[in-house]
Amino acid sequence: MFESLSAKFQGAFASLRSKGRLKSGDIAEISNEIRSALLDSDVALSVVDFFIGELKARTDLVLEDLNKSTNPANAVFEIVNSLLIEILGGSARRIRLAKNPPTVILLTGLQGAGKTSLAGKLAKYLKDQGNTPLLVASDLQRPNAVTQLQVVGESVGVPVFAPEPGNGVGDPITVAKNGLAFAKDKLHNIVIVDTAGRLGVDAQLMKEAKSIRDVVNPDEVLYVVDAMVGQDAVNTAKAFLDGVGFDAIVLTKLDGDARGGAALSITQVTGKPIMFAATGEKVTDFDLFYPDRMASRILGLGDIATLAEQAKGAFDSDTASKLESKFASGEDFTLDDFLAQLEAMKKMGSMTKLLGMLPGANSGAMKKQLEQFDEGELVKTQSIVQSMTPLERNDPKVLNGSRRSRIAKGSGRQVSDVNSLVERFSQAQKVMKQMRSGKGGMQLPPGMALPAGMPKAPAAKVINKKKSRSGNPAKRALES
Amino acid sequence: MALFSKLFAKIRGGQTSQSDWAEIHDSLIAADLGAKNAAEIIEIAKKTKSDDISEAIFNSLKSWLSQNSRALATNSVRTTTVMIVGVNGTGKTTSTAKLVSHLKSENRTVLLAAADTFRAAAVEQLQTWAQRLNVEVVTGPVNGDPASVAFEAATKAKEENTNYLIIDTAGRLHTKSGLMDELGKVRRVVEKVLPIDEVLLVVDATTGQNGIVQAKVFMESVVVTGLILTKMDGSAKGGIALAIERETGIPVKFIGTGEGASDLEVFVAEPYLNGLLA
Repeated sequence: MFESLSAKFQGAFASLRSKGRLKSGDIAEISNEIRSALLDSDVALSVVDFFIGELKARTDLVLEDLNKSTNPANAVFEIVNSLLIEILGGSARRIRLAKNPPTVILLTGLQGAGKTSLAGKLAKYLKDQGNTPLLVASDLQRPNAVTQLQVVGESVGVPVFAPEPGNGVGDPITVAKNGLAFAKDKLHNIVIVDTAGRLGVDAQLMKEAKSIRDVVNPDEVLYVVDAMVGQDAVNTAKAFLDGVGFDAIVLTKLDGDARGGAALSITQVTGKPIMFAATGEKVTDFDLFYPDRMASRILGLGDIATLAEQAKGAFDSDTASKLESKFASGEDFTLDDFLAQLEAMKKMGSMTKLLGMLPGANSGAMKKQLEQFDEGELVKTQSIVQSMTPLERNDPKVLNGSRRSRIAKGSGRQVSDVNSLVERFSQAQKVMKQMRSGKGGMQLPPGMALPAGMPKAPAAKVINKKKSRSGNPAKRALES
Repeated sequence: MALFSKLFAKIRGGQTSQSDWAEIHDSLIAADLGAKNAAEIIEIAKKTKSDDISEAIFNSLKSWLSQNSRALATNSVRTTTVMIVGVNGTGKTTSTAKLVSHLKSENRTVLLAAADTFRAAAVEQLQTWAQRLNVEVVTGPVNGDPASVAFEAATKAKEENTNYLIIDTAGRLHTKSGLMDELGKVRRVVEKVLPIDEVLLVVDATTGQNGIVQAKVFMESVVVTGLILTKMDGSAKGGIALAIERETGIPVKFIGTGEGASDLEVFVAEPYLNGLLA
């Protein structure tokens, strides 16, 4: 969904660029395209209208100046970009720590938004910064929410205050109050209170949440919301803002593919910033929310910042420095190095997702290639290299016919697969040599040497292969 | 019909103005039907005579509903196997418990498989429900192989000839291909013992347009046969379910309306459609 939003943005701007001088009508046209792109991404109607209104007002104001600039379309693009960043909350905001500890953080939100998982991630994040957080189990409603928080707390090494078993037993307000007292007594400098999920329309539970807030007097109330939420995002966020009140938003499940809408809608309607984003199932999949990076992704500018961080995380510094020194000393790049790169690349996650972060990744042609990219190719390539002897990996020149056929058998591939890998590898080796001798003129970041022999996405594959039609009507509908 | 009754009363009185159409369009968007569907409905409505606009909208929405059976699969001679799947936090475990309660009220015997070995305390959550509902649940080690838990449960269900086997699986985002493959494996492994009769995708009523992609991807990996639309007691109207039905043909079979074991209703089209337009 998110990808389709940026694809639409790019399409709209491409047609604008072809126009040269801009007229008021051109702006109206692109406004309509942006409007439908935003609606398809679950941006709330009122926010879409606001966005379009602002865009028109701002472009009209500077239309004269715009046309004086060398590239009017890009100037409009800049306006859209800054408007997005503005709505998304400007710059990233940090947790406000209380002058007199403990700092109390209260988590609220709908059922299934991801509060308990987030509590663990937040606790780890704060602990890693040298704090001594305490988790308080005030979700006594959902079966075994308390146990879940205990398990989560244990996995991140943060103590959990859980005097009540939950499952409907115990009073969440008392637990929250006692939890705070416990934290003061034990000198925890941060208290994170996990509460039960509740619907915005449930007056009784909203009152309970308010009571919890009143007894712990939190420094930050965080509203946790699923990034996949639709048009209801606005109603529910308003209900929580009126019912409990909150200071900032945490967006969860951002590793899915729907993320534009909810973020824009909620920040615009509530005026509250998004503070954190959760991006995966691991406790470390958590970061501050960066409005500018998000805007870039929406507009298809790519998310180089995140990509670079992920690369840094995946290539352990040992491997990277080894590669670097090898490169510098003029040693040959071997298939073993190549294998290490493949491993690291796999650690970074799906290739499709990674390449999707590159600028222009969502434009027509590139997107099609991405969609056809077979993740399995990496594994196949890996299996071929793994079927080689150390000698062969160090010196692919020894690969004669009989060796190649043995490797093909060993890896369960065809000899032609082996041939094409070796071919692509030796080309990559050549490029590396050229670069070393300064002919290539291309600077690569450490550890990010060319993905040699990277399987190319099948460029001209016939897409509409006549497959056997499924017997399941639902599935058949999907196929056609 | 509660179909924006006020607006329609006005339209019946005379010409439909541009702003009336805009209002209908916006209501459809607000129900998460999606921009394309909303535009299409407006097109259809504009072609009809002004006094049946309300009916025309209702009927075309109705025609988008899936034609597939909405009854829960049942097999009279062997165990009926049901897999519960979905993205994180939609309410799979709660829905599983509700389904057990629903089946028990029809005097069926049920065995549960706790195949969510990943999320902290998910097994305990299901065990608590099982205890409350007095059914047996097969569990495995934490972070164990979900397929092996499901296999063990299927073997046990077959031996004991339980009426139903319900397999609760871990929530997974449809974008994680590794986790989607894992789900496919659960299905294949269970099918060595028992055929899978029903794969129910749990969709949260607050879900936006992303729900369509979710349904398609789950369809590809495990062949979904029905939807459970949860959290219908909130302010969200769940229009995404209709969008999913139209796009994929997967029918909604149940709707979840609360946190209690009995808060599960069989899907009925009229009240749902009226709710969308209320």
